[in-house]
Amino acid sequence: MTVTIDSDGSGEHANTPGGSASVSPVDAGAPGDLRTSRAKLVVRRFARNRNALIGLVVIVLLYAAAFLSPLFAPWSYTELDYDNFLVSPSGSHWFGTSKVGEDMFALVMRGLQKSLTIGLLVGLISTSLSAIVGATAGYFGGWVDRAMMWLVDLLLVLPSFLILAILSPAFKGKTWLIFVLLLGLFSWMITARIVRGMTFTLREREYVKAARFMGQAPWRIIVKHIVPNMASLLIIDATVNVGAAVIAETGLSYFGFGVQPPDVSLGTLIASGTESAQTFPWLFLFPSMFLVVFVLAVNVVGDGLRDAIDPNSAGGRRKDRRKARKEYQDAKDKARANAPALAGKEAS
Amino acid sequence: MIGFLARRLVNYVILCLVATFLAYLLASLTFDPVAILMQRNPPPPEAAIAAKRLALHFDQPIPLRFVHWLGGVVHGDFGRTVTDHNVGDELLPRMGVSLRLFLVGVTVGVILGVILGVVSAIRQYKISDYAATVFSFVILSTPVFVIGPLLKTGALQVNDWLGTEYLKFTGEQTPGFDGSWLASLGDRLRYLIVPTLTIALQQIAYYSRYQRSAMLDVLGSDFLRTASAKGLTRRRVLFKHGLRTALIPMATLFAFGFGLLIVGGTFTEHIFGWYGMGDWLIVGVNTQDANVVATVTLFVAVLVLISGWLSDVLYAALDPRVRV
Repeated sequence: MTVTIDSDGSGEHANTPGGSASVSPVDAGAPGDLRTSRAKLVVRRFARNRNALIGLVVIVLLYAAAFLSPLFAPWSYTELDYDNFLVSPSGSHWFGTSKVGEDMFALVMRGLQKSLTIGLLVGLISTSLSAIVGATAGYFGGWVDRAMMWLVDLLLVLPSFLILAILSPAFKGKTWLIFVLLLGLFSWMITARIVRGMTFTLREREYVKAARFMGQAPWRIIVKHIVPNMASLLIIDATVNVGAAVIAETGLSYFGFGVQPPDVSLGTLIASGTESAQTFPWLFLFPSMFLVVFVLAVNVVGDGLRDAIDPNSAGGRRKDRRKARKEYQDAKDKARANAPALAGKEAS
Repeated sequence: MIGFLARRLVNYVILCLVATFLAYLLASLTFDPVAILMQRNPPPPEAAIAAKRLALHFDQPIPLRFVHWLGGVVHGDFGRTVTDHNVGDELLPRMGVSLRLFLVGVTVGVILGVILGVVSAIRQYKISDYAATVFSFVILSTPVFVIGPLLKTGALQVNDWLGTEYLKFTGEQTPGFDGSWLASLGDRLRYLIVPTLTIALQQIAYYSRYQRSAMLDVLGSDFLRTASAKGLTRRRVLFKHGLRTALIPMATLFAFGFGLLIVGGTFTEHIFGWYGMGDWLIVGVNTQDANVVATVTLFVAVLVLISGWLSDVLYAALDPRVRV
């Protein structure tokens, strides 16, 4: 994964391979950052990006709405209004009601709560897993690496959607936490590939060598020296993985393979609203809207983070664009020339 | 190069087999079709359940069952469903439905995606570039099961506007349609438009993002400056020298895009009432049928194999450095 195609980082959907690999693993110690700390610099650059800021505000608002709205909403998601079946949005039912008189606002907020929680948990689990697996494979190389890459290839042939659909009878009627765990367990592959590629570079750095010669245990080197140096990449990927996890969760729940009744998620709400999307649009549109707005906000924030963290990206130094691109191109050509076989392997 | 492609092919075939075995194993471990049978009211007699167990080969260990099933597959026998139908009988029609959807969707998606990406790169920071960026961001954040119903609503609007029911979106052809093959083709086309659009939109958004940045890379490169310096026309520089190079990374992405396509296809088939392979997977899980699930997995794995191998071939064709 040393070959990347992301030059300016200005709009990739990083949930796909190669998207975020251009983030330099060599963050610290650039001669340019004199007194401002790196964190400050990143925050400042992020704050300069208006779209990303809006995205962040939207995410915070959605989380707040999902968890705080029961405090002020007129109806709870368990209440049924027997006088109002399938009424359109109004003052008492902000998002209308369903055919059994459930308040759609309360339901959507409840579903949002579940979807956001699952998304956050799965994002954390899958990113941690990919950091560990990718760094281990990259650090040890050899057969460990080959085994991991083979597993990644296998999981690409066997989409995780398929695996989870097959496994769904096993967690039917059990807690949704099992579903979270399984979803996390099957969505680390792409990030792990990128982490592995970066570990190849980090492995050769002086401080890692020094630690090795001092006799530190390999897992300690991985945890203390390699993973922290990919923090920026991992933060970006964790962000984008949250969005991907929400899409995966809602997709599986849509078919009844994920969150099970009586729990609701945005996916189950969209599924039950789909048949009446043309006749009673509020049943379909409100949960869909919240889903799309959340995922969009997450993707925009992920993109903004990439721009803020990656010194070569568009959001950073506009004046040096051309130079940065040239340097990048040189590095890439070198990597290509060194590893044509590796580039071919990517296709698998 | 032939050695390279042959090695890749062998690797893919092994992957396919392992993937199918894994799906079969997981399905056999989690599925319990006999339990569904026992829930029937009145409960079926003990002997019937025992017979069912025997018919499903539950007396054998799972790997043996898999080998038995795979042996049948080699001879074109995909086993029997839980309800004792022949899996193979349903396979061909369903495959046809899915392939029609996938092939048209992916062709439209790749071509339009590449064009959109190249145009945004050439006209970087122009309004068209921003519009394309916003379009792909929104589409990539919108799951297929939201796009689908929205397009349905849109199609209803179009039909209203046209005054006739031109766009159809339930099923894949008018039931009992009778006419010449040309009229039949036209009829199928009317059913094909909206579902294909559902799939193609995602593909366009996905490929255009990558094509844009790959093209931007190339636009800033020295060899392109050399090409224009020696007096080639802009068109020749951009397409002969630029696009060809910018397509190389796309070839490797092709295999990844296929996963997106298959999952998207499952939703699309479900939403538009197409009885394809994706729909079959849902049916297979709901009836807890290991044979059906394994057959669908095999289909998916073979498709990914073909696309992966195709992208290797494409890579070799585009990048002379691989041809050694």
